[in-house]
Amino acid sequence: MNDVKLDPQTNLDRRDFLTKSSVGLAGLAIAPGMMLFDLAHGKAPGEPASNKVRWGMLIDNNQCETGCNDCVTACNTENGLSGGTKATDSQWIRKVQLKDMQTERISSLPMMCQHCEEPPCVDVCPTQASFKRADGIVLVDKHICIGCRYCMMACPYQARSFVHEVLTDQKTEVPRGKGTVESCTLCVHRVDKGETTACAEACSKAGHNAILFGDLNDPESAISKRIRTVASTQIRADLGLNTGVRYEGI
Amino acid sequence: MKIGTRLAAILFSVLIASVDYDEDKTQTPHLDVGKGGQCVEEPQAMRKIHMNLLKHQRDETMRKGIRGQKNSLAECVECHASNKTNSVLGSNEAFCQGCHTYAAVKLDCFECHSSKRNVTVEASK
Repeated sequence: MNDVKLDPQTNLDRRDFLTKSSVGLAGLAIAPGMMLFDLAHGKAPGEPASNKVRWGMLIDNNQCETGCNDCVTACNTENGLSGGTKATDSQWIRKVQLKDMQTERISSLPMMCQHCEEPPCVDVCPTQASFKRADGIVLVDKHICIGCRYCMMACPYQARSFVHEVLTDQKTEVPRGKGTVESCTLCVHRVDKGETTACAEACSKAGHNAILFGDLNDPESAISKRIRTVASTQIRADLGLNTGVRYEGI
Repeated sequence: MKIGTRLAAILFSVLIASVDYDEDKTQTPHLDVGKGGQCVEEPQAMRKIHMNLLKHQRDETMRKGIRGQKNSLAECVECHASNKTNSVLGSNEAFCQGCHTYAAVKLDCFECHSSKRNVTVEASK
């Protein structure tokens, strides 16, 4: 693996040894880089989610158009949600309108599960149904969710919904059922195939390009480059949750 | 009639009755196997352990994100949904429902999971 051989015949001094081993390490460093490149194109079948990746989104509030609801519609279609907005309807993503009372600037942004690094919903779950996958996606294991809704109370973003009614005609890739809590899955079934999220896709299709999805851990990804160069914020950053979804221009 | 013969006769009739009864009981349900074909395990093994295979894989997929393994519920439905109704539920001939009704075992999977064959995937193939 390492191209530095410690041959007892060779009299390596300390400096020489360090130089050569760092060359060897540089060679290794290419391998994880290549793996990240592969991961960006979907996982191979049988491969688990990797903690080398952290999926996230950057939402550009300046590009997000007030009144446009395409991301919400796309999410509903993708995940088989009814699209209702009653208190008892599931909403995985919703448009929130903000008004700056001093300047009277009105802007809107999509709000969904922020896929926190330190998710409060996971902390409070009594059955460990609420969990964070290795690649940073926060999910509910509905097989063991008892529907207590502690996570809904704990979430500072009100991102979770409870399924109140019996459902029929769920999507094959998005199982959902009565008596369990659910929220944005960051389109985990698409991400595992190497695709982007439904909301991001719909947003670029509408020509707004306000949602940028990508790997926050890969310094070469579009999202990492952008958050490195442009000011972006986390909503309720004071809570120290380190959200995977970031916003710019708010 | 001697008592021995009488006893033998009674015993014989009881045996006949119980055999009849057992035959009725072991009538297996007539199932619509859908596409059918080669399953991931032998049918007899599948009858016994399909729930274990599914439970094991559900945790692997849900928790670790491992996809594309062979024991997936979606693949069960894909092969065994009725060619007529496109579903593994709906009647006592349907593959999942038929056997579960027969065995009187509650079938929870499809309260959340889709019981229908993914037609869009079929069409795009």
